[in-house]
Amino acid sequence: VNNVRRSVPTWWPPLFGLMVVVAIIAAIQGLLVAGVLNRYIVPLPTEVMAAIPRLFLEEDIFARFLTTLEECLIAFVLVAMIGIALGALLYRLQLLRAAVESSIAAFASAPIVLMYPLFLVVFGRATRTVVIIGLIAGLPPVILKTVEGLATTRRVLIDVGRSFNLSQLQLFAKILFPAALPTIFVGLRLGLIFALINIIGVEFLINFGGLGQIINDLAERYDIAGTYAAILFVVAISMLFFAVTEWIERWLRSHT
Amino acid sequence: MVEVAHLSRGLVPWPGRLAWLRVALVALVAAAWEVVARSGLLYRDVVPSLLAIMQALAVVLATPSFYGHLAVTAGEVAASLVLGGGFGIAIGLALGVSRFLSQAFEHFLYWLGPTPKIILFPILIMWCGVGPASKIGMGAISAFFPIVLSVASGLRAIDPVLVRVGRSFNAGWWQMVAKIYLPAMRVPILNGIRLGFGVALIGTLLAETKLSNAGIGFLVMNAYSLFNMPAMYAMLIVLFTLAIAVNELLGTLIGPRALVAPSKNANRQRGSP
Repeated sequence: VNNVRRSVPTWWPPLFGLMVVVAIIAAIQGLLVAGVLNRYIVPLPTEVMAAIPRLFLEEDIFARFLTTLEECLIAFVLVAMIGIALGALLYRLQLLRAAVESSIAAFASAPIVLMYPLFLVVFGRATRTVVIIGLIAGLPPVILKTVEGLATTRRVLIDVGRSFNLSQLQLFAKILFPAALPTIFVGLRLGLIFALINIIGVEFLINFGGLGQIINDLAERYDIAGTYAAILFVVAISMLFFAVTEWIERWLRSHT
Repeated sequence: MVEVAHLSRGLVPWPGRLAWLRVALVALVAAAWEVVARSGLLYRDVVPSLLAIMQALAVVLATPSFYGHLAVTAGEVAASLVLGGGFGIAIGLALGVSRFLSQAFEHFLYWLGPTPKIILFPILIMWCGVGPASKIGMGAISAFFPIVLSVASGLRAIDPVLVRVGRSFNAGWWQMVAKIYLPAMRVPILNGIRLGFGVALIGTLLAETKLSNAGIGFLVMNAYSLFNMPAMYAMLIVLFTLAIAVNELLGTLIGPRALVAPSKNANRQRGSP
């Protein structure tokens, strides 16, 4: 849109953004010290920083992280297996696809996570409850993107496979699946992020498990600096997840 | 688009067959539910018979106070959409217009977007108290991200030809906004609001289930603690129906062309490389 300012060096805008964030944090510190903001609501940024080592030493946040990571990995493997299988099934059964595709999209927009009390009753307050909620949250994008990827495979590729007399299974394994992989991966990435969001959310809500629970714990102990520090930690983890999946997706795209 | 092209190949299902299949699927799910409910395979109370759920639905819908709670939740979601949407559209427009601002700040939004917003709830309670304000804050923060990213990338995606056409007609500032930018922005803004509505609803309701004394989230938790499962199902049915209806309504406003199935990813796709 704006090609007036092409002369700005590329490092300057991100640096400017970072400087603004630092300035805002410094301003908050100043306002707190001056007594304009209430220190019982907003802790000093320096206190939050000081609380981070405490999270590692006293709260064992790394073990919490591993718990959440494990839940995510189990949910993710299940999401990938079930989601891709269901997507391939819907691709084969076009009539079924026409009947349920919009329902799956609607399902994805309904607040399923609100059903967590139900899962508590059925599965108990246990890891499997958290994993199953993550699974349900992550499935719709994977199913929909798998169908989309398979359905948009170029006709030419399929015809090439047919001309080599490939069996249905070979056609799927050698032509359709590889061609759909980039699209499927978009779905997997969304599915993983949805699963992570819901897993941490449910941990927080039912006060059980990994990173979600620690925030709840610290907030209930009214450890304000600790709560903020733990939230920063979770934000960092989400950013990491986002960056890693994006990196894998880019790698996959350039290698397929 | 793709779907239609695809259906035309192979077995052409005429509408009647599709409708029958849908009816059959719903009947199948209902029958399976009823079998599980009657068999006692799962605890009877967890999977109540459909009859019990329908009765509870009737009771819930006939209770006047239910509508009060519904109004509380609806008000919170509406307020959070106005708040989060207002900020989202304003900041999204700024990011879309200015390359510099976009390069300086947009990556923060992409990073914070996938964070589970519910973890901010303890802070919101400290800031806004335990009343509706903290739920509105929760919903507003949730709605902000998909809306701001959708608006920013939508503005960048406007066909430059349209802008040049406007200029060549010597359109004034207001004419450019009304005739070129707004019509071109209708779909991304509505799409953002549609995504924002979904996450605002979830944010508000989850906050209500965690700590509140009014709203549907509160009622659901109340039914859960009394172990009144049919009532809980009934309320979830009402809620899901409303959520899907609003979603569909926004979808129709957007128009069939933009209704590609999981448009949730729209908020995560980068507008420009």
